[in-house]
Amino acid sequence: MINAAGLRLDLELIAGQVFPGSRVLDLGCGTGTLLAHLMATKGCSATGVEIDPDKVVGAIRKGVPVLERDVEEALVDIDDESYDVVVLSRTLQTMLRPEFVLSQMGRVAERMVVSVPNFGYLPNRVRLMNGRMPVSKELPYAWYNTPNLRFTTLVDLEDLFARLDLVVDRRYTYSQAGRRLRMYGRLPNLMAGAAVYVLRPAR
Amino acid sequence: MTTHGEPGSVGVVATSTVRLFSDSDPLVLVSGATLGPVDVAYETYGTLNADRSNAVFICHALTGDAHAAGFHEGATRPGWWDNLIGPGKPLDTDRFFVISANLLGGCQGTTGPSSENPETGTAYGLDFPLLEVADFVTVHRALLAHLGIDRLLAVVGGSLGGMQALQWSLDHPDELAHAVVVASSSRLTAQNIAFSAVARRAIMADRQFKNGQYAAEGTSPAVGLSIARMMAHITYLSEDAFTEKFGRAPQFETSRRGFGIDFAVESYLDHQGTAFLERFDALSYLYLTRVMDYFDPFSNAGALDRVREHPVRYLVLSFDTDWRFSTEHSLRIVRHLESNRLPVTFRELKSAYGHDSFLLADPAYHATLKAYFDRALEDA
Repeated sequence: MINAAGLRLDLELIAGQVFPGSRVLDLGCGTGTLLAHLMATKGCSATGVEIDPDKVVGAIRKGVPVLERDVEEALVDIDDESYDVVVLSRTLQTMLRPEFVLSQMGRVAERMVVSVPNFGYLPNRVRLMNGRMPVSKELPYAWYNTPNLRFTTLVDLEDLFARLDLVVDRRYTYSQAGRRLRMYGRLPNLMAGAAVYVLRPAR
Repeated sequence: MTTHGEPGSVGVVATSTVRLFSDSDPLVLVSGATLGPVDVAYETYGTLNADRSNAVFICHALTGDAHAAGFHEGATRPGWWDNLIGPGKPLDTDRFFVISANLLGGCQGTTGPSSENPETGTAYGLDFPLLEVADFVTVHRALLAHLGIDRLLAVVGGSLGGMQALQWSLDHPDELAHAVVVASSSRLTAQNIAFSAVARRAIMADRQFKNGQYAAEGTSPAVGLSIARMMAHITYLSEDAFTEKFGRAPQFETSRRGFGIDFAVESYLDHQGTAFLERFDALSYLYLTRVMDYFDPFSNAGALDRVREHPVRYLVLSFDTDWRFSTEHSLRIVRHLESNRLPVTFRELKSAYGHDSFLLADPAYHATLKAYFDRALEDA
């Protein structure tokens, strides 16, 4: 779903987590839609990281500073606490070392926004129970061609956050259609197609 | 390749020369030494717009010259960056005003060590002062003052040209919006310096070098200079490029095994070395390579203070097969800029051709430059 400003709904929600004038790092920034929006509407300074060459050129065309690098390699080069916000939007599941990426994100910024597809979403479970790997709007690939390497449920992901001393300040969950869910506790692990977490390192 | 009058070419151009410093008003170098007169050869392409916001300065590499685009009268080969500059090209001369100058210490119209020393009436030779990249920038800026341009949309350069763009952005960030640094370096490695050292030794050990006074002596260190060029040329190409171009092909149909030119690659290098003699000067080669050896702008305390005050936007590009200035050189620049909170875009482009890729019209490379320049003009 796309809002009036042309932003994907989760990007709009992420944008809402960013204070005006912030310095923002977007890991897996794609064509720079979020960062271009933040630069134009909130006076943010920005760095994007993207590995797909065509998307990098798209970001360049939008005037977004972008580093064509692997996220893990780019993170290692970034100074401690040098950003106000670091964003990882639907990218964690493509990382070879998600644990490393999350801990590095906590090192470089005081505020983290992470959005993920939920592997524990009920239709995924039903599909798996029927003997098939889940394919859905959030996970639209077959097992042999998916760029997604790491599949997690929201509950498993929250266990990892806790182990990395990352405090969940807010959690927003969505239906498959992109509607906000007003439910709490473990129910979203069954009902949410995707979630956005706002985190901070406990330091 | 485009020719005269074809779409995409700026057409027939001529190099202009202007005296920017004189005996009485000399150029003051970073070292404190003075130099005068200083003449500068330059070319321009396109038209400066009404609000003077579309000027792009091109900095050439070690052996380049002012003739970046179009054709000199009667010439069959265009300028060295003709694939980039012209109507419809990434630096579209229907929209951008492009300035290109031969750098200080060069030998193609701008004052250099083989120019006449007014005190002696002969070439400066080794009495010419040592230069720094910042001195090149000083002279470029004097040219812009002469042209009535007080602000640049971008400074663009590859290799040594990228060093000039970087230095310019650090020293005078309020005068440019963008710096485009391609296949360049902020600090040569020991290996880079080692290659330069061998090149200089080949020149200076040539008996015809005559301690730099070869012109007055009526000689020329041609052997030394051509060896320097042959060796440097090896470092400009990737191993794959050599393999693709020549493999182990023999130069002659019938094998003549000996110590002459047996392999095609030997003929190619021999040609590179010989052709170079027609357009380049041994003293300039010494001086300009030495400038590169000492270039290390980030080592100066407060080097980034000014640009942090007036942020310049950067595009840093490398090529994956470039082993002269590998991607690690570009990433070093990116790290310094990013950690000083400057907006920087970086790409490592794929190319089979090594360091020289920055002069070629690779589609991904040119698409990147086009996207960047188009956006820069919109933001101007």
